[in-house]
Amino acid sequence: MTIVMWVLKRDLLLAMRRKSDVLTTLFFFVIMVSLFPLGVGPEPQLLKAMGPGVLWVAALLASMLSLGRLFAADHGDGTLEQMLLCPESLALIVLAKTAVHWIASELPLVLMAPLLGLQFGLSGDALWVLALSLLLGTPVLSLVGAIGASLTLGLRGGGVLVSLLVLPLYIPVLIFGAGAVDANASGLGAGGHLSLLGALLVLALLATPKAAAAALRISLE
Amino acid sequence: MSTINWYKYASPASFYGLAGKMIPGFAALSGILFIVGLYIGFFVAPTDAQQGEAYRIIFIHVPAAWMSMFIYVIMAIYAGIGLAFNTRLSSMMAQALAPTGALFCSIALFTGAFWGKPMWGAWWVWDARLTSQLILFFLYIGFISLQAAIDDPKRSDRAGALIALVGVVNVPIIYFSVKWWNTLHQGASINLTRAPSMAHTMLAGMLIMALACWMYAIAVTLYRVRLVILERERHSTWVAQLLKDMK
Repeated sequence: MTIVMWVLKRDLLLAMRRKSDVLTTLFFFVIMVSLFPLGVGPEPQLLKAMGPGVLWVAALLASMLSLGRLFAADHGDGTLEQMLLCPESLALIVLAKTAVHWIASELPLVLMAPLLGLQFGLSGDALWVLALSLLLGTPVLSLVGAIGASLTLGLRGGGVLVSLLVLPLYIPVLIFGAGAVDANASGLGAGGHLSLLGALLVLALLATPKAAAAALRISLE
Repeated sequence: MSTINWYKYASPASFYGLAGKMIPGFAALSGILFIVGLYIGFFVAPTDAQQGEAYRIIFIHVPAAWMSMFIYVIMAIYAGIGLAFNTRLSSMMAQALAPTGALFCSIALFTGAFWGKPMWGAWWVWDARLTSQLILFFLYIGFISLQAAIDDPKRSDRAGALIALVGVVNVPIIYFSVKWWNTLHQGASINLTRAPSMAHTMLAGMLIMALACWMYAIAVTLYRVRLVILERERHSTWVAQLLKDMK
């Protein structure tokens, strides 16, 4: 467990020292969301219907774009190889690194999303559900993304490649995340969707760190 | 009673020869079955009461859709065996299967669109089956492009295997999420399930076409795996000997 604390502390410190990285992801998200009304027109009804989906797709893309940073710096300076040699479980290290990635790249999006939801005319109730669905869903994105990030480590064109690998796997999260807000709006209640998102999160927590650790060993052999 | 030494054919060098001997058989079988299947499909099978003649695309559409799913699973199994036991040939088979699977996947998507236009009046609807087929196509593309991006064959095999296994675990999750998404978003305006009583000749034609697709897939995969073997083993002595003999 000490290794988890150590990695958490170190990565958080590094993230704090590179504030611009956090901000670029956040502003990508904001710009991305703002483009949609410009593209489809300002009718409030349309925007209200599209809002949850647009916010979720933007969160997906923002999360995917920031994946490159998950292991790249440690790979570049050789720290990652030391982590592989370390007798502690690599899956735990990956889990800790992914947790910090989520805190640095996705938590700001979750906090910003209700504000952007207001621009799409979502009701107060819907904003709560949106924030909750993002809170449950975005960690899954980071965890699944970690597999893609470790497989494409050091490859040419890795950034585009990771999107091909990871985006199809993000689809269930998108469906249940945006679906939660829709279900709430249509009076069905968001409970079912949020429970499924929670189930996906538990599944991802159990399975993906091991898979990402295996992928790292493949990439750094 | 002598037992065949199966492990012999785990070596790419000996499998190369075996595959070469098997290809003509499978190719011929597939040709015959295609002719028989298409004949039944176009001339023997009765006209559908509701869909008229346009339903006949089923004879290529359904087998292609089946194949695209089977091949993904088989590819993942081969890739998994390659990852677990470090057998080079299994990984090569996985690599050789992927383009055929992607081909069947796109055939299923395109023939589905051609079928959908006269039946539903739309080239594409966001039905659960269509959408999950599209996502399966994306998974194939991901696998192929990851393997293509890695130059070192060992790393490319193992990375491909991992993503294929992750994909296979995700296929049911994706399928059910798309299904629920579909039922929640739009009512059952279009129901893909056909009348349960299908004429026997229709079923026979479809099964023969499916078998023909199997034979085609096997023949093409063996052909492709031979090329993969040659490419990977190009520095070995047996390939050099082979090239010398060909001259």
